[in-house]
Amino acid sequence: MFELLSFLQLQQLWWMIVSLLAGLFVFLMFIQGGQTLLFSLPENEVEKSMLINSLGRKWELGFTTLVLFGGALFAAFPLFYATSFGGAYWVWLAILFCFIIQAVSYEYRKKENNFLGQKTYEMFLYINGSLGVILLGVALSTLFSGASFHLDENFFVQWDTNLRGLEALFIPQNYLLAFSLFFLARLSAGLYFLSNINHASLHVRIQKMLLKNTLLFLSFFLGFLAWIFTKEGFAYDALGVVSIEAYKYLSNLLALPVVAVMILLGVVLVLVALYLGIFKANVHGIKVMGLGIVFAVMGIFLLLGLNNTAFYPSLSALQSSLTIENSSGSHYTLTAMSYVALIIPFVLAYITYAWYAMDKKSIDEAEMSDASEHHY
Amino acid sequence: MSELSSVDWSRAQFALTAIYHFLFVPLTLGLSFIMAIMESIYLKTGDAHWKKITQFWMSLFAINFAIGVATGLIMEFEFGTNWANYSWFVGDIFGAPLAIEGILAFFMESTFFAVMFFGWNKVSPKFHLLSTWLVAIGSNLSAFWILVANGWMQYPVGMYFNPATARNEMENFFDVALSPVAVIKFLHTVASGYVIGALFVVGISAWFLLKKKELLFAKRSMVVGATFGLITSLFLAFSGDESAYQVTQHQPVKLAAMEGLYKGESRAGLIAFGILNPNKQLGDNEPEFLGDIEIPYMLSLLGHRHIDAFVAGLDDLVYGNPAHNIPSASERIANGKIALQALSDFRDAKKIGDATQMNESEAILQTHMKDFGYGYFEKPEQIVPPIALTFYSFHIMVSLGMWFIALFALVLFFIFKRNITHYPLVLYAALWSIPLGYIAAEAGWIVAEVGRQPWAIQDLMPTHIAATHLGGGNVALSFTLFAILFTVLLIAEIKIMLRQISKGFEGGH
Ligand code: HEM
Repeated sequence: MFELLSFLQLQQLWWMIVSLLAGLFVFLMFIQGGQTLLFSLPENEVEKSMLINSLGRKWELGFTTLVLFGGALFAAFPLFYATSFGGAYWVWLAILFCFIIQAVSYEYRKKENNFLGQKTYEMFLYINGSLGVILLGVALSTLFSGASFHLDENFFVQWDTNLRGLEALFIPQNYLLAFSLFFLARLSAGLYFLSNINHASLHVRIQKMLLKNTLLFLSFFLGFLAWIFTKEGFAYDALGVVSIEAYKYLSNLLALPVVAVMILLGVVLVLVALYLGIFKANVHGIKVMGLGIVFAVMGIFLLLGLNNTAFYPSLSALQSSLTIENSSGSHYTLTAMSYVALIIPFVLAYITYAWYAMDKKSIDEAEMSDASEHHY
Repeated sequence: MSELSSVDWSRAQFALTAIYHFLFVPLTLGLSFIMAIMESIYLKTGDAHWKKITQFWMSLFAINFAIGVATGLIMEFEFGTNWANYSWFVGDIFGAPLAIEGILAFFMESTFFAVMFFGWNKVSPKFHLLSTWLVAIGSNLSAFWILVANGWMQYPVGMYFNPATARNEMENFFDVALSPVAVIKFLHTVASGYVIGALFVVGISAWFLLKKKELLFAKRSMVVGATFGLITSLFLAFSGDESAYQVTQHQPVKLAAMEGLYKGESRAGLIAFGILNPNKQLGDNEPEFLGDIEIPYMLSLLGHRHIDAFVAGLDDLVYGNPAHNIPSASERIANGKIALQALSDFRDAKKIGDATQMNESEAILQTHMKDFGYGYFEKPEQIVPPIALTFYSFHIMVSLGMWFIALFALVLFFIFKRNITHYPLVLYAALWSIPLGYIAAEAGWIVAEVGRQPWAIQDLMPTHIAATHLGGGNVALSFTLFAILFTVLLIAEIKIMLRQISKGFEGGH
């Protein structure tokens, strides 16, 4: 079935899968967002434990999605994997360090004799949720703002700044996306806690937090949209020649009505979810939020890669810019991987089922003191 | 010069991160099955002691798993960050197993891990047991795909070189996934995990028996651990033998280094024990060993499944041996240079749109493709890996493999036929064998990875071409950061683990 698709269709399909993964990952960042609330939201140790245990049963999925994101890029767009990870070395390593420390912290935080002390592991979680997310936002934002690299005749990357990726931190516009993600993650965390933890006074504090963070999120996110829809973009023609085009992302939005609807729908769902959370403390807000985030993020990613757009523009050698056509795996590999991807719905189904089985009863104070259970 | 040291730092960093990661992986692979077996017994017998036993080992599993996940993340990205040229040159083949590992295995592992730990009172006992088995299956499935990737670098198959994109492209997925090298690597590696899991369970149980604590729990654990260990250590030796056969067929230089074999011979013997002669050079007539014990005919049997077979030595492989149809490295270097030149001609022809010239260059390229990577070398001696490290690592691994078989058999004998608590020597042996398992496994990786140097991809891409152009300073710094972070985490892990063990089976979780 997939072998009947043209090479370009396969490349587009894989860009859609990557976009979907990006959407799912941003949704799962509620774990990171929750980690930034550990010091401000709870009023005592039991409440903090409830938050950590609530996040602790989910964090691995976010982590795993990040890993899969790396693997999927490697398989589907190997030239991006090689160019960006090898080139923007320090940004990616910094991000990885922020996630490495997350992986031990839930399990080790409360353990006796844990060498670094409970506070340190909580700091690790905080760093992962704040610095990790912000750096990731900056790195993703370079897909719009570009990076300085060129490819030699073997398609081997040469990076044109000594900062190896850290230069992206000096482009102020990159922070628009970075902080949008940071506040968005806190918002979904709030909605998630509302549904997963049963605790009245905590709920009231969450509602206040949601309101404040909604305002912050909206200011950054609107700024981000204003930036990308007014900025120039990087287009390529039938021969693969890359050129700069004014209002490229805006014209992509107009040229791809389905994508426009996706983004709009995503944003509306996010707002509805926030309304449900702030004014109703509704336990279903998180689901609406999840759908909204997946739609919106996926749509924005599609603007980046479809409609003859270079999704990883090079500022120092325009013709080295990466497009879904020049950076992808071969027809054969994309076909084979498409068959493998058929299993994704099945994976999503068993994850949903496991979550459903585990979350039937929300977390409360009694469960935290039940010694017959494993706790973080 | 700076690029040269950048490669060395990248190698050091990869070695560091991989060695750390593989300190935790084997226990995940092995202990997960042991736990699943224990929980199955619990469900079958309904004996609450078995639940306590399962939960105790699970609490240790979780401590190890967390740091395994932490150290594993970097492995997924490090091919891009430090081996960018490699990632393009073979990414069309190599990326697929990594992505499949994510889709097929990681989600299964992490989803059911949460059910296994937090679901005791939330899901039905049967669903819980299923989750425990799925964690075991998921982690082993993940090992399969990563070893497909590793196996492919050792023995690249199922692809062709596309000069237009200057990379290898996949031609047959099943050739890649079911390559004999990949399959045997998977079996040998997961078996090493099973053995390490068994050593861990048997060793810790022995410690309880030595302390005269938790006798019932410890004995039951020991029976499960030692039975599992005996079966899997026999299988480990069997799969190791098949690995050696594959190495002989596909990486003869590695095999020669593993055995310290310089001059090839028919009816070659296997070195059971040997001390290498430090003055020995390629091509000279110095003896290879200062002292050694040889098992006659065994190497021919191991490598070629035939007592009379000729096993090539380093001298044959470097300088050639026409009598046995072995080309010299110099010839292969010359072929490789022809291939590189043809690639460059192909490019020039493409620029000016000269289709005939393109076809001609491509034809030359394809006929010399199997020696492509040799074109990057100047001297034939460059194709030889570090011999002493490979040789000693191999012999340490094999000797320990024999010891583990004996140990598990001994433990079972003393449990069933004697009162094992009266034989502290056996118990101490079991306890002190825990680190030996890790030493054997790391030695195995050294054989596999140091032994294949100078290749990143056998015969196609040397390590120094594979690395990202990073500048030594950058990688020296990241190496240091990884060394510090992983060491700190390892210390934390060991401290937590020891404390958790000492709390015993009733110690809560
Ligand atoms: C009992 C006799 C054993 C034999 C004959 C044997 C043989 C081998 C061979 C030939 C290799 C290299 C494969 C390659 O380069 O492609 C290897 C690798 C390896 N061995 Fe062993 N081995 C034995 C025991 C063990 C033990 C006891 C362990 C650990 C508990 C172990 C763990 C490993 C590991 C982790 C590797 C690297 C992965 C791989 O290449 O398969 N081996 N072994």
